[in-house]
Amino acid sequence: MTTTSGKTIRRWWALFALPTFLAFIIGFIVPFILGVYLSFCDFNTIKDATPIGFKNYAKAFQDSEFWVALGQTVSFAIVTTIIINVVGFAIAYMLTKAIRGATIFRSIFFMPNLIGGIILGWVWQLLLNGILQQWGASLTLSKNYGFWGLVILVCWQQIGYMMIIYIAGLQAVPTDILEAAEVDGANGRQKLFDIIIPLMMPSITVCTFLTITNGFKMFDQNLALTGGAPANESELVALNIYRTFYDRMGFEGVGQAKAVIFFIIVAIVAMLQNKLTTSREVQA
Amino acid sequence: MDSKMKKAIALVAVGAMSLTTLAACGNSNSGSSDKKGQVYYLNFKPEVANEWKSLAKEYTKETGVKVTVQTAASDTYEQRLKSEMGKSNPPTLFQVNGPVGYANWKAYTADMSDTTPYKLLKSKDYALTDGKKVTGIAYVVETYGLIYNKDLLDKYFQADWSTVKSMKDLNNFKALKTVADEIQAHKADLGVEGAFTSAGFDSSSDWRFKTHLANLPLYYELQQRHIKTQPATVKGTFLPQYKQIFDLYLKDSTTDPKQLGSKTGEDATAEFAQGKAVFYQNGTWAWSDLQKAGMKASSVSMMPIYIGVKGEEKQGLATGSENYWCINSKASEADQKATKAFLKWVVTSEAGKNAISKKMGFTTPFKGFPTTSDNPLVEAAQKDLDSGTKAVAWDFSLMPSEQWKNNLGGALLKYAQGTGSWNDVKTAYVDGWASEYKATH
Repeated sequence: MTTTSGKTIRRWWALFALPTFLAFIIGFIVPFILGVYLSFCDFNTIKDATPIGFKNYAKAFQDSEFWVALGQTVSFAIVTTIIINVVGFAIAYMLTKAIRGATIFRSIFFMPNLIGGIILGWVWQLLLNGILQQWGASLTLSKNYGFWGLVILVCWQQIGYMMIIYIAGLQAVPTDILEAAEVDGANGRQKLFDIIIPLMMPSITVCTFLTITNGFKMFDQNLALTGGAPANESELVALNIYRTFYDRMGFEGVGQAKAVIFFIIVAIVAMLQNKLTTSREVQA
Repeated sequence: MDSKMKKAIALVAVGAMSLTTLAACGNSNSGSSDKKGQVYYLNFKPEVANEWKSLAKEYTKETGVKVTVQTAASDTYEQRLKSEMGKSNPPTLFQVNGPVGYANWKAYTADMSDTTPYKLLKSKDYALTDGKKVTGIAYVVETYGLIYNKDLLDKYFQADWSTVKSMKDLNNFKALKTVADEIQAHKADLGVEGAFTSAGFDSSSDWRFKTHLANLPLYYELQQRHIKTQPATVKGTFLPQYKQIFDLYLKDSTTDPKQLGSKTGEDATAEFAQGKAVFYQNGTWAWSDLQKAGMKASSVSMMPIYIGVKGEEKQGLATGSENYWCINSKASEADQKATKAFLKWVVTSEAGKNAISKKMGFTTPFKGFPTTSDNPLVEAAQKDLDSGTKAVAWDFSLMPSEQWKNNLGGALLKYAQGTGSWNDVKTAYVDGWASEYKATH
């Protein structure tokens, strides 16, 4: 049976989907294919590329800074994913209870997400340097300062966004099940871990996916906060790729090769994560 | 609202959306089809970005030829150039920093031997050539050294606790160290916070040390080895002197070395302009910023950077150019022609000459430009030249790559903060040179 709206969609879908699809092809598919091709080329600007086989990949694999940055990125993604999701969920849980001014708090927590990464990086650089100055230090003194500074910044920025998704998820948890659980004598802990969280798995899938990929792709904030200082030690992998591509003449292809390697790693991680969390999704 | 009306609105909205998407793709090749051609200059110097923009506007008003000026942020020129060159409307006029920069963009440089700026060069040494064609023309000659605050230094000379009593005696590293140490010890008496401004290592200003200061040991080594072109290896013979001067910058400074990582060039400018420091390593180009910060021309001058090499009493300021104009050979014929015409106008018209020498405060290597300047640092450079000292050449244009400089900068910062050793600096300088030379050749 086709509803009226189904009919309309069948007639008009192209009008709505195609412009976006076109943008997707121009902005994503084409650059992606071009990028993979360029990773096998030697080039200065993307117009005069000559294929050179796997040389770029060989150089990328030999670059120790790349692997250090990659390792750092993995730990960054793990740390931020845990903190953001746990805190984001906790705040969402709090704000779905009847607290006075819950809506205002929701808006406030969401706001940091509206500020661009570069600006955030600068602002937090000032803030953190101002604090570190008390101990005669600055963000670039050691890579640990840069790393944890970035963790603080990103948590501050993204917790609100994940909170919104969790709030939507929490509100969708059927109240009758919770009431039934209460009648059966479940305590708050049991309700949370045995009912709410299993029912929230779809939201958790989405949020962990977003935070993991955001963690891996972290760039603007890294660039603005420390720029990799000191001596590229606080650099995450996206910044390393950018630097290889733009700062080194003759290494454009190597940067491109690193980007492809990076893509493969992130794709694998994201797929694993998706499989892991979706397998735990249940129906009420 | 009936459904037809809704449909119509939806259609219009979608149409508008897809149009903007398409427009974004179609935009890029407008302009160059114009017979007059157009000029697109990717400027290297952020401190004169506005001056170039207004000069371009004036030219467009006079001739009707479109001139676009874009400026790359400090220390991002190569990145910017690379991405702009890849676009369908690439810069028609761009800059390289010397022989090494030229090697990267070889395939993009047109012959400039028929251009007016080349004909007007006072010395053909200011042009880059590949043996057959002229590929780049220096348009500004700059000088760097230790900028000092005359009033504060005079106060020091007159103080009863000072050992060095005049500028004449301040002509070697030992004297410089004495002066700096004494100023540091009596900073309250002079009302300063340190002898030297903070050696900021923010990535947009660490070129003062990884490039300009590093030029001195390089210059002396190349002199000693009688080398004029880029060597495959360096020995680092004068690194102990490099350490000596850098240590002095760190010790007699306004700022705790641990905080240098977050200090910028603007911080140093501000400290100097506010009279919080006596010495400031920078060059003639710094005047426009110092002037904007409220300094009087009469209280600023510049002296050579002494690092403790034998016979350095005869050493002058470091003078050279890292600003070469190149015309993009891959731009359309019309655009190349328009660019040449624009350059001619810049170096011959009153408006152009005035903008370059007065508003931007540059010393140019071209005939027909005024030889005097309002820039006290240019005056100091001129005086230094006339006094018979030997100018230090800008050998940093031979440094193997940006990567080499960045690695050196990273090692210097870690050494300054106390989180790395001088040995790492040495490694970055000597071993880094060999490996970067290999990687780029």
